[in-house]
Amino acid sequence: MLTKRIIPCLDIKDGRTVKGINFEQIRDAGDPIELGAFYAEQGADELVFLDITATIEKRKTLSELVNKIAHRINIPFTVGGGIKTEDDVSALLQNGADKISVNTAAFLDPTIINRFAKNFGSQCVVLAIDAKCETDNNWYVYLNGGRTKTEKLVTEWAKEAVDLGVGEILLTSMNHDGTKQGFALDITAQLAETLPVPIIASGGGGNEQHFYDVFTKGKADAALAASIFHYKEVAIPDLKQYLHQKGLAIRL
Amino acid sequence: MKLVIIQYNAGNIQSVLYALERLDVQARVTDNVELIQSADKVIFPGVGEASTAMHYLKERGLDNVIVNLKQPVFGICLGMQLMCAYSEENNTSCLGIFEEQVKLFKPTDATIKVPQIGWNTISNLKTDLFKGVTEESYAYFVHGYYAAIGNRTIGTTNYVQPYSCALHKDNFYGVQFHPEKSAKVGEQIIQNFLSL
Repeated sequence: MLTKRIIPCLDIKDGRTVKGINFEQIRDAGDPIELGAFYAEQGADELVFLDITATIEKRKTLSELVNKIAHRINIPFTVGGGIKTEDDVSALLQNGADKISVNTAAFLDPTIINRFAKNFGSQCVVLAIDAKCETDNNWYVYLNGGRTKTEKLVTEWAKEAVDLGVGEILLTSMNHDGTKQGFALDITAQLAETLPVPIIASGGGGNEQHFYDVFTKGKADAALAASIFHYKEVAIPDLKQYLHQKGLAIRL
Repeated sequence: MKLVIIQYNAGNIQSVLYALERLDVQARVTDNVELIQSADKVIFPGVGEASTAMHYLKERGLDNVIVNLKQPVFGICLGMQLMCAYSEENNTSCLGIFEEQVKLFKPTDATIKVPQIGWNTISNLKTDLFKGVTEESYAYFVHGYYAAIGNRTIGTTNYVQPYSCALHKDNFYGVQFHPEKSAKVGEQIIQNFLSL
């Protein structure tokens, strides 16, 4: 049976892993290669590396770092942050990334999704959406690492992007990110139940129960978290054992 | 041992190369016919689309080269599918090493996603390719098309319905999953191929 996936996310700045609380106040949490290898050893199902400063500083993602990671890690990993062109994607895949994720650039020019999917296959194109629920109770798409609001509804953008060829959606709730109060179950379930691609839920995972909830109530295919893993508040082997005992399909 | 990875217009070639490097094994990535023919072992990787890949192989005469290889050949993902007779993916005639047909997953339940992405179990494992690999081990899959179960099946996985996660005929082996991304289980399978 296909398992639910547990995905640690490593936010990268200047070659180091960092994690922002609500996308601000960044703390250093270690060397990405060592940390990635540690998570793979612990039973992480995949890894995501996000170059969080890339969009603002217009910096290319770190192909060299990706190459080192690929030489070390024996599970799949996704790389994101400032990816705009076929050359960007090609460089990352050539250096060993399995998938790339796009966010702001794809929103500003949705044709890149189509081009990336055609040239590299949908299976390696992940759409990251930073979502925020506003006072009108609707979920809106945010850009530039959560700094720029758009008028686009998350459900609409996700549907369009799937039609253009994205293979997976990484949905981050800005309302929940950094709170450790649980994932955004409603919007996650809404996407998971209506779209034909896997949904990776992100933002708010604080304990084992939260992961169980996002897989059952939120219908997520995968769940992503960062600081709770980086600061050892939740250990991946314990989390996977817990989910397995609760009856979910989990790779132990 | 001379180990060759066939270079063509498909993804994951680097990933396979790096996986071998992690195991301290050197391989040469090439589309040179003589190098492929004279290798001790050949890996035929691939992530991509069947008709484009077949077209590329045919243009370079690599289709005939591959089917006539006598040394152990290991197809991975699309590589394995191309070794089958036919793929529904853009109605493509493939290499015909395995008689099995490659079909699109057609789930009746809308909550089952296509392509399958993630870790699934491998069972009914046969041949030395799976030596030391426990039944129901997890492997990493990314695919929308699957090879049906047939005479050449040496491993099965269940997604939508049971299908072949591995095929074998003579010197040809193929796996649908990605051993290069399947943690320790994958490394064991790669080692097993290298020891054949």
